[in-house]
Amino acid sequence: MFAEILRRLVATIPVMGVVAIAVFALLHVTPGDPAVIIAGDYATTDDIARIRARLGLDQPFHTQVGLWLSRIVRGDLGTSIFSGLPVSTLIGQRAATTIWLTLFAMLISVGVGVPIGVLAAWRKGSWLDRAVMVFAVSGFSMPTFWLGFILVYVFAITAGWLPVQGYQPMGSGFWRFLSHLILPAVTLSVVYMALIARMTRASMLGVLDEDYIRTAFAKGLAPRGVLIRHALKNASLPVVTIIGIGFALLIGGAVVTESVFALPGLGRLTVDAIVRRDYPVIQGVLLIVSGVYVLINLVVDVLYVVLDPRIRY
Amino acid sequence: MSQLSRRTFLAGATATAAATTLAAPRVHAQKRGGTLRFVAQADLKILDPVWTTAYITRNHSYLVYDTLFGTDERLSVRPQMVDKHAVSKDGMKYSFTLRDGLKWHDGQAVVAEDCVESLKRWMKKDRFGRLLAAHGPKLAAADRKTFTLELSERFGPVLEALGKPSSNVPFMMPARIAATSADEQIKEIVGSGPFRFAKDEWQPGNQVVYVRNADYVPRQEPASGSTGGKRVHLDKVIWRYMPDHATAAAALTAGEVDWWEIPPLDFLPKIEQTASLATFLPDPLGTQGWLRPNHLHPPFNNKKARQALVHMMNQETYLQAAIGVAKYYRTCHSVFACNEPYASKAGAEGLAKQNLERARQLVKESGYDGRPVTVVHVTDIALLNGAALVTRELLTSIGFNVDLKAMDWSTNLAVRAKKDPPDKGGWNVLHTWWMAADVMHPAVHFGVSGAGPGAWFGWPEIPQLEKLITEFVRSTDLAKRKQLAEEVQKVALEEVAYVPWGEYVLPTAHRKTVSGIPKFIAPLFWNVSIA
Repeated sequence: MFAEILRRLVATIPVMGVVAIAVFALLHVTPGDPAVIIAGDYATTDDIARIRARLGLDQPFHTQVGLWLSRIVRGDLGTSIFSGLPVSTLIGQRAATTIWLTLFAMLISVGVGVPIGVLAAWRKGSWLDRAVMVFAVSGFSMPTFWLGFILVYVFAITAGWLPVQGYQPMGSGFWRFLSHLILPAVTLSVVYMALIARMTRASMLGVLDEDYIRTAFAKGLAPRGVLIRHALKNASLPVVTIIGIGFALLIGGAVVTESVFALPGLGRLTVDAIVRRDYPVIQGVLLIVSGVYVLINLVVDVLYVVLDPRIRY
Repeated sequence: MSQLSRRTFLAGATATAAATTLAAPRVHAQKRGGTLRFVAQADLKILDPVWTTAYITRNHSYLVYDTLFGTDERLSVRPQMVDKHAVSKDGMKYSFTLRDGLKWHDGQAVVAEDCVESLKRWMKKDRFGRLLAAHGPKLAAADRKTFTLELSERFGPVLEALGKPSSNVPFMMPARIAATSADEQIKEIVGSGPFRFAKDEWQPGNQVVYVRNADYVPRQEPASGSTGGKRVHLDKVIWRYMPDHATAAAALTAGEVDWWEIPPLDFLPKIEQTASLATFLPDPLGTQGWLRPNHLHPPFNNKKARQALVHMMNQETYLQAAIGVAKYYRTCHSVFACNEPYASKAGAEGLAKQNLERARQLVKESGYDGRPVTVVHVTDIALLNGAALVTRELLTSIGFNVDLKAMDWSTNLAVRAKKDPPDKGGWNVLHTWWMAADVMHPAVHFGVSGAGPGAWFGWPEIPQLEKLITEFVRSTDLAKRKQLAEEVQKVALEEVAYVPWGEYVLPTAHRKTVSGIPKFIAPLFWNVSIA
């Protein structure tokens, strides 16, 4: 098992290399030119050409890729064309917000989605099942930005219980930290909550028809024990897969939530960089996010083995 | 549709400004201390005010840096870092003496050599600075507090250049920093202004923090614009960047921020109805909208086709589509900002009255062959989106085939710099805007430059304009300069360097706890206090 994890970790290197080159190539074929943005409105064509040369953007594609990869190998993600700050510093400033937001959102999604999915399966066809399905469909259908603004209006502006926007680090006090994350995490979690509830219900329905579940009930075990210990564990593989995918999507895809709540996360960093064609920042963030994707997939694969010892790689 | 006259607009704008001024900023006693949280118009990414013309960088620099001269509310140039100055009788030699007590944020004294180096760097980038540089000024430090500027050719508006209020503003920096190439961004942010930049707390895309510079010695005169006594009452100013307008509005309402620089106009009615909030017009001079033809390619390399653009113009229609709320815009048939000294109606008869029939005739006379006219359509900025749609309708109505090319602002910046023909990635018509301070007179106005490859995008080659602008900057007589500015306007409209589509103003919004917001083209934080 340990050897397998090591092998998979080593295998991520070529995957990330391919991702890196693909990202670099895609960025350089899209329209836009950071030199023009930097040069400003007074610039002549010569000024723009001079800035382009200074940034190395006039070099052939393979030279630019080579230079970038050689820096990456040395652990240097480069420097933002605009702010002049190292990309690693910019990512460092944003990573905590995104990680905490993702963790809280996933905690809420799993904490609510799995129990209501289990209950819906257990009470299949009942009002409870229907209510869970209505919630799931609504969760999928509600646009994140709309839900975010509704929550802000109700809980921040009208009730005044929670802040409208912003992020506060844990060092500023736990309640301060938590209060700034509650609304964005709830907003972000609803769609995954719905997805996890549906997936748990479907998976549980398959397991609850199995003979061993009938046997467990026949032995007189309490429903809670049967549902959690016997059924849920066996139904959890697809749920774990969804949670893994959800984590990966949340890390790179919380842009809308970050914008609605003015959170300085990695999603907004990426979008801002794309708008300005700040190539080193885009490349750095996408490289890190792709690495996280690969690692999460690895964790999911390891969890499969833990949950189902029959699985071998 | 009824036309809003300039007089009516001014009356409305003045009333709005007066009402909002009375409603909020000066009713509280000024209080020392506190943190002011401000939602800036854009994200501050570039810190060097010479390297970029971005307004957000200019605004940041007004906190951190100081200027030799400033511009007051009435657009008069007044000394700021300079204590006294003298001009030789022939107007060829200037001497400037710095006032006492000026210190950089690193504790060093400001010396004349710092100002010499700062001006040299600025003159390499700025349009006004380049015009000054073309007149061979020799800059030299005479002693620690005095430096001289000696011209090889007469240049009238020297003080106007040094007190230029908008990008690129000649901000002063220590000589070691100002020695950085003008094509390279400075790495250290050390100014002598009333606030220090807290670099460790700077998070591009999120926040910028400034702290009070306790060493700053304000002038004794009352503050006005960027001149006079810059008295700092706040301990800290935090700029926040909020890309979502609804979030900024909610944060202002909930008291999580104190001042929102530019709320979109459709948010203003709600803000004005909220008891704890007020609006204020910091820059009544406003902003001018432009339609710029590309002079390099057909059909607008033909003068008659360009003149058709003037005759199709109806500023009211553009302003309705781009701005929408009548009290915030005005028609202005001058290439120099209305309400400023060089505003004129000379040669603007065609611009003042739409004549589609005449425009159609000019299109025919130009020999237009039916090729598509590529109009850059910026979709992520509401006012440019509206202006491009109006242009499409009008161009079509006078006989052009229009190809509306939709793109975001950043792509537009790359496209507009392309000199290629429209079918190879270039363009025929684009829209943009400039603050009134940037179109005050021929020396700062990009739109009236006829320098061909050296002119603003669109590259009009009109030697007569260049000649007139040179005469303008060489003149020391105000009446003569006004006359030359009128000549510039006549030629610019006759040759159609660009077509102005009106002016508009943008109010700011703040909580009523904020007082003392100065009137200026940029948000200023001295004399501002928070209850």
